[in-house]
This record gives sequence, structure tokens and C-alpha cells, in this order.
Amino acid sequence: MSQIETFYDVMRRQGITRRSFMKYCSLTASALGLGPAFVPKIVHAMETKPRTPVIWVNGLECTCCSESFIRGSHPLAKDVVLSMISLDYSHTLMAAAGHAAEAALEETIQQYKGNYILAVEGNPPLNEDGMYCIVGGKPFVEQLRHAAKDAKAIISWGACASYGCVQAAKPNPTQATPVHKVITDKPIIKVPGCPPIAEVMTGVITYMLTFDRLPELDRQGRPAMFYGQRIHDKCYRRPHFDAGQFVEQWDDENARKGYCLYKVGCKGPTTYNACSTVRWNEGTSFPIQSGHGCIGCSEDGFWDQGSFYNRVTDLTQFGVEANADQVGLAAAGVVGAGVAVHAAVSALKSAQKKTQGQSMSQNEEV
Amino acid sequence: MTMASDSGNLPGADAAPEDLRTATRQTSVYVYEAPLRIWHWINAAAIFVLCLTGYFIGSPPPSMQIAEATHQFVFGYIRFAHFAAGLILTVGFLGRIYWAIFGNHHARQLFYLPIFNGRWWSEVWFEIKWYLFLERAPKKYVGHNPLAQLAMFFFITLGVSFMIVTGLALYSEGLGHDSTLYTLFGWVFTVVGGNSHVVHTLHHLGMWWIVIFMIIHIYVAIREDIMSRQSIVSTMISGHRTFKDDRPD
Repeated sequence: MSQIETFYDVMRRQGITRRSFMKYCSLTASALGLGPAFVPKIVHAMETKPRTPVIWVNGLECTCCSESFIRGSHPLAKDVVLSMISLDYSHTLMAAAGHAAEAALEETIQQYKGNYILAVEGNPPLNEDGMYCIVGGKPFVEQLRHAAKDAKAIISWGACASYGCVQAAKPNPTQATPVHKVITDKPIIKVPGCPPIAEVMTGVITYMLTFDRLPELDRQGRPAMFYGQRIHDKCYRRPHFDAGQFVEQWDDENARKGYCLYKVGCKGPTTYNACSTVRWNEGTSFPIQSGHGCIGCSEDGFWDQGSFYNRVTDLTQFGVEANADQVGLAAAGVVGAGVAVHAAVSALKSAQKKTQGQSMSQNEEV
Repeated sequence: MTMASDSGNLPGADAAPEDLRTATRQTSVYVYEAPLRIWHWINAAAIFVLCLTGYFIGSPPPSMQIAEATHQFVFGYIRFAHFAAGLILTVGFLGRIYWAIFGNHHARQLFYLPIFNGRWWSEVWFEIKWYLFLERAPKKYVGHNPLAQLAMFFFITLGVSFMIVTGLALYSEGLGHDSTLYTLFGWVFTVVGGNSHVVHTLHHLGMWWIVIFMIIHIYVAIREDIMSRQSIVSTMISGHRTFKDDRPD
């Protein structure tokens, strides 16, 4: 391990000035929500720590996580993160291919046993013994288990690795399974999203390298610093939500005015992510800012939560598609009709009883 | 006519002969103590507010342009009313549990089903037959009849508990993951698989569960007040159950 260069060495070798390096460290500190006191710590870690080897494996996925990752927008992150970590195996980014690539994987596992981070993009399908996803002639699930065995920690990139995403949506024919349900004996950090935000990805890695531990995780295993609040909590359209001013239709005046997208199905109130603060593409925008509701892509099973354009989701358990209101209204209607009929019969019965009673008393009188 | 001559005290100074024909003597039992009655009506009011505002939270009313967004708080007030009513319902329900322990034995009926009692089940069946018009006359009960008790347990005891737990879980999301309430109720999201949207949907279905109860409850209370041998509606106002006849059971 001692032969491996430190992050700082690598950065300097790439022509990055110390000034830029310091800037990077303070930016990273603020991105992670750390105070200025932590900047020297990050600097120190970067200057002294050997680069952490990372193995990046890809299962059933669309590579949007990699695409997002390489667009990390901090001035240096884009250039450095790839050098900062020692990305020893990554299909998408490595030059090697075929047997050479697989050999690199083996070599990294052997050389850094128990010290490397396994980054998983996508998930393994378990149906038909994993035959729906083959990597290097073997089912991906085998590669995943093999690489996970000696990993220090695992990062589940994106909704696929974290929750299953679209390939695990009902009826999930390939039985695509999130990583934490296959690997149960390693610390796993979930970084959901389809894809996750680039700065969130680099931020998580930087934190792990700097402090040599996992960031604080929430109940679901997501880093709390990025997934601790909902899109809704920091949405710039929130005043329109509280005011009760909504986009009613996509082409209406309210849409032009930039009112709240709640009524057209925005999932911001149920989605934990940093989009409304960190935003995308160098902080340019995020879905709501560009006029479309949040689809909740970083939430578990978001594909199975009905239409992206409804607030009250469709329930498919009843055979036909109907939402909670339709189901409830139908049930209440049936009960209400039953009550009306029952009341009518009750009235008739009691009227009948009364006439019988009267005729009886008349008979008695007679 | 017989009543008047038997008792000696006339039902009222203005009683006409035809009034006296229907005059009966009624026994009454004090069943529902004041705290329970107060709870019932506060609970009813809270549920009414919760259903109305809850529906609007799922499907907001048409957009309004009263003032600048900063000075307008329409949806905010709807949500505030929902949260306030929800917390009143919660505190009331806790008070109701307290009263089940320290009140009279009728106050315990909502929380306890004698499911191992064969006679109780046969009386449930009897009540079902009464509602299917297969029995000529209902039985008399001081407290809830067994069928009513069964319905109360599933719709109110379980139903309201479910709404309180899911409601507080959803409310805790607004307070944040570091709030005490989230620490207490965050497990709800884990149980449903993680996505809080599922909790919204279940909470929404719960509303309809309660609405269905309201329809049945109000109908049956009025119907039985008219058709049964005992008072129903006024019992929840005065606390007294009055019986219209002196025949046993």
C-alpha cells in the first residue's frame, strides 16, 4: 500500500495548483455540511492518505450513474475524483477490456483484500440462476458476491443497486434484487437516485476517504447529509404550495407563473434527495425548476407508485386501476346505497308491524 | 290509558288523552360517564375536520389568487387544520384509553372483545339476523350490542389507532428526520418498504374506512333509536340508557 500515491501527489502531478487544491478541500467540506475547522482535516487526509482502491461493477443498469458521476461539477472533482480514488476496475471507464479487464479485477481483489471499496451500479437478477445478466461469461451475481467478499464497504449507486428500480418494477420477471438483499454481511451505503446527483456521489466517496468511515446513514442506509430532507422541504416553489396555488394543467397560466406542481403529481413531498439544494449540471437546474414535477426516482419502488402525474396513486390490487379515492368512494357508495335500502325496508317493516298491531287491537276491540 | 290510571302522576299538565295512550314508564341506566361523552363528540368533530381537510390535502381545491404567495396561506391553513385536529384526536384517544382503565366497565367495551365467549358470538349472530329482518324484536343492551362492539373495535379502536400511527409518521416527515416524532414513528416507513408515498396511500384508504364507519354508525344509531327497545342517540348526550319496555333481555 505504501507505494500508492496520496491524493495530493496525484493532484499535483496532474498540474493542479495548491491553491486549487485548497479550494477543492473547502468546497468539499461545505458540500458535506462540515464547518471550516474540517478543511485542514480534509487537506491533511488528502496529503497523507494513500488512494483508496475502488472496484466499480455494473449489473442490470443503464449506466446513468456512471454518466452522472463523470459530470461531477466541482472544478476539481471532474478531473480529480477519478484519480483520487484508484478506480482499478470499471467497465465503462477503464481502457482494458475482456480478459485483461477481468484480470485487473482479480488483481485488485487479491492485492487490497479487505481494503477496497466496492461500488455497485445496477443490481443482480436472481431468476434462472442469474442468467439475465452475464459479465465475463458468468452471472453478475457471482461476480458481485466474489468482489463483495473482501470489500471494506459497499456503495450501492443509484436506484437499481439501492432498491431495484425499473427492472425490479412489478412483475419483475428477472427477479432483479437490490444489493443489500444479496450481500448481507458488509456495510452498505445506499446512494439512490436515477441517477444520483454527481456531487452527491463524489461527496460520499470523499467523505469515506477523508474520514475512513461511512457517513452517518439514515434508517434506510442513505447518507443523511444528502438524503436527510425532502425535495419539498427545500423547494423554491414551496410558498405556492402553502398558498394553495397550483399548476392545474400543463399548459395553463399557473404553469407559466411557476406555481407548485403538487396537483400534477409532483413527488417532492415524499422524496428524500438533495436536488432542490445541490441541483444538477453544475447547479444549473432540477426537474421542478424546469417545470416538471419530481418523479421520486430516489425512493424505494418508485415505478410501482402509479402515474408520475397523479398525487393520489393508482392501486392495482383491485384488478382494475383505481386510486384510493375511487376505491373509497365506491365502497362508501355501496355502503350508502345499502343503508338507504336497509332504511327503506326497515320503514316498510315497521309500518307493516304497526298496521298489524292496529288491526289486532281493532280485532280485540271488536 | 292504563299507565295514567296505574301511576297516578300524569305525564304532563298538557297531556291529551291521545298522548296518554302512548305513555310508558321507562327504566334508565347511567352508562356513559361525562368524560366518555365529551370524548365521543370531540372525536366526532375531529374526524369530520380530518376527513374534509384530509381529502383536500390529497386533492387540493382550485388555485386561489387572493394575495401574493407570501401573504396567502390557503393550503397551509387546510394542512394546519388537519394537523391540529389530528393531534386533538390523538390526545383524545389517549384520554379515552385512560378512561377505559379508570372509568366504568362500559368504557372498556371498545378495547376488549370477548372472542372466547360462545354466548357473545351467538348474540352477534342474533344481531346480524335482526338487521337482516329475520328477528321480530331486538335484545336490550345497557352497553353496546355485540355486533356494535365488534364494529366499534375494528373501525374505531383499530381504525383510529392506524390513522394516528400513520398520521404521526407522516407529520414527523415535516418535522424532519432528527425530530423526536420521527424517532418514535419512523419505523412505519420501514414497515411499508421505505417509500413514504405508500404511507400516504394507506392513510388515504384509512380515511375511507372511517367514512364507511360514519355512514353505518349514524344510520344505525338513528335506526335503533327509532326501532329498538332502547335509547341510542340521547344516551350519548345525557349518558342515560332508557328502555322502552320492561320485558326482560
